[in-house]
Amino acid sequence: MGSTVIITIITLSLLALASSVILYFVAQRFRVFEDPRIDEVQAILPAANCGGCGFAGCRNFAEALVKAETFEGLNCPVGGATVMNEAARILGKVAEVVDPTVAVLLCNGSPEFRPRTSRYNGASECRISHSLYLGDTDCSWGCLGDGDCVRSCSFGAMYMDPVTMLPVIIDDKCVSCGMCVKACPRHLIELRKRAKKDRKIYVACQNCDKGGPARRACKVACIGCGKCVKVCAFDAITMENNLAYIDAVKCTFCRKCVVECPTNSILEINFPPRKPKAEPQAEVAKV
Amino acid sequence: MLKTFPAGGVHPPENKITAGTPIKYLPVPENVIIPVTQHIGAPASPTVSKGDSVRAGQIIAAGKGFVSANVHSSVSGKVNKIDHIIDSTGFKQTAVFIDVEGDEWVESIDRSSSILKETDLSPEDIIKKCLDSGIVGLGGATFPSHVKLTPVSGKHCEVLIINGVECEPFLTSDHRLMLEKGEEIIAGIRIMMKALQVKKAMIGIENNKPDAIANLTKLASAYCEISVHPLKVKYPQGAEKQLIRALIKREVPSGRLPLDVGAVVHNVGTVFAVYEAVQKNKPLFERVVTITGKYLSNPGNYFVRTGTPLRHLIAAAGGQPENTGKIVNGGPMMGKAIVNTDVPVVKGMSGVILFDEKESVRKTIEPCIRCAKCVSVCPLGLEPYLLMTLSERNLFEKAERERITDCMECGCCSFTCPANRPLLDYIRLGKSTVMKMIRERNIK
Repeated sequence: MGSTVIITIITLSLLALASSVILYFVAQRFRVFEDPRIDEVQAILPAANCGGCGFAGCRNFAEALVKAETFEGLNCPVGGATVMNEAARILGKVAEVVDPTVAVLLCNGSPEFRPRTSRYNGASECRISHSLYLGDTDCSWGCLGDGDCVRSCSFGAMYMDPVTMLPVIIDDKCVSCGMCVKACPRHLIELRKRAKKDRKIYVACQNCDKGGPARRACKVACIGCGKCVKVCAFDAITMENNLAYIDAVKCTFCRKCVVECPTNSILEINFPPRKPKAEPQAEVAKV
Repeated sequence: MLKTFPAGGVHPPENKITAGTPIKYLPVPENVIIPVTQHIGAPASPTVSKGDSVRAGQIIAAGKGFVSANVHSSVSGKVNKIDHIIDSTGFKQTAVFIDVEGDEWVESIDRSSSILKETDLSPEDIIKKCLDSGIVGLGGATFPSHVKLTPVSGKHCEVLIINGVECEPFLTSDHRLMLEKGEEIIAGIRIMMKALQVKKAMIGIENNKPDAIANLTKLASAYCEISVHPLKVKYPQGAEKQLIRALIKREVPSGRLPLDVGAVVHNVGTVFAVYEAVQKNKPLFERVVTITGKYLSNPGNYFVRTGTPLRHLIAAAGGQPENTGKIVNGGPMMGKAIVNTDVPVVKGMSGVILFDEKESVRKTIEPCIRCAKCVSVCPLGLEPYLLMTLSERNLFEKAERERITDCMECGCCSFTCPANRPLLDYIRLGKSTVMKMIRERNIK
């Protein structure tokens, strides 16, 4: 009885010893070399795995950073300049200066401005209703209101406003990962340069129809009249396909276009209220 | 034992309210809106411009390429404008607006009611006439008919199958046509047999239309090569591949055409249109439309000129009931809701159904209980619950491997689901995404 136990112990110990020796040599032979800096860089990344950098996750991005010759085109929108500078310090490179951006919705067609002309009763996803027809209003460019963008946001930076039936982006939480931009089948979300105090001036419309049909479909549609282009002293506004576009880099926030727009399709956000005497016509309520 | 296809299928309540209503002619409206593309394939482009005078039967939009179809004016009058409209598919497209003046037809059209049974045209001339007349499949898919009549080298057509199934609930346009225009249909079948150079034609009709079966059997008895086959009532028997399986017991492989198993399928409506085009020189600008609904005071079947705004048809049927919740173009299973009643009647519109609020609202979606009812009713042997989940989660590569592109969107899965899941909505999304992926891959 006693000898059986001893034999077992000895046999198993010998087996374990033999295996460990084999395993040691195998490990030496098939060792995968991994740059230790990858772990180091990954540790400073935000670990959100959002895909905002264009890579599958933070690990992939870290690998790409370590492999890259220069940091050109590589940016972590979530971490911003701090994280990128830190990564540059670890890898001994120079981080590109990238302006932080924020997502904005290029549609202001709440039911008040854009009456519903039909009712959609299918599966409630924008991508499905977009593939079926032009939408439940006469505007075939505007927000469908089923919230694909809200579902795509992994930072809780978006919610659907039950009154306007449009998604709202919370500037403080938005990391501009760009998932909502991809999710919107109508391409209504744009990543614009973040300005001081989160101030924004943009054309909240993507309607490329001519003035008449656009105006009939939605009271706050851009009708392509071109008044804003004329009034802008900084060449920041361009007109294409009956639609004005304000370049966020060139815009100096003078707010002249906002006053000029006959349909109030240019929005000014996070600005202090205007002084009434300076510009009397500016009393028209702006969102 | 009646013939049918073996796998899947459902039997929704038939509701063929208008089966006993003879076809009437809808008066020509004051103005028509004729979309320039009313078919599958390359879009047509308008050949008339503002201010032009047109007559009924005159070509107003020419098809581009082989898989395309011409569009003809359905009325006489002046072209008011050419503009964009929202058509019955729910999307914008170009249409010709015509203000009606009188009802003058192109001289070559034979407007007499005599029936011309024989033709001495060659197969090529018959196909040419179908091409010129803008004939498309009138079952709903609107595939240009001349393409299906043109012989393909290396493929031999053995049998012409005529689709008189009309498996969609509510619709009765084909049924009435088979009853009232039986002789024309038999003549049309013989014309198409000549064009295809086949020796055999089979007419498949579901057994819920005994009068149509009796009528066509009587008329076809004069020709030994044409036979009429009653079929068991089952949806979607009117689908091309299912009908072929039911009638000649051959299965069309995935991604292949009926011609690969030696069959060509045409709808009875198309046969009638071919007859009119070949024997009467009448282009396709008029078709039978069923206007029906449980709450309509006067549902019926009408010969309607294409381009007639739907509201005229609805007015003829007794006006839109107040509780209307949804107006569907096509059958209740595969049809599509329309956005307003200004939508014009097009070649592919076999019926218009008005549902009330209660009928049209979808029930609450509940979680899948894995009962596999959708799997058992899928006529193509797919797994709809899986395809839906894959599309929902953007796993389109996997959906492609699960053969999502084979889906014909018959809607049996959504119809049968006890949890009211929107299976077809997601499958359709997945299918279109996968198709796009495949196209992009082929370009590369």
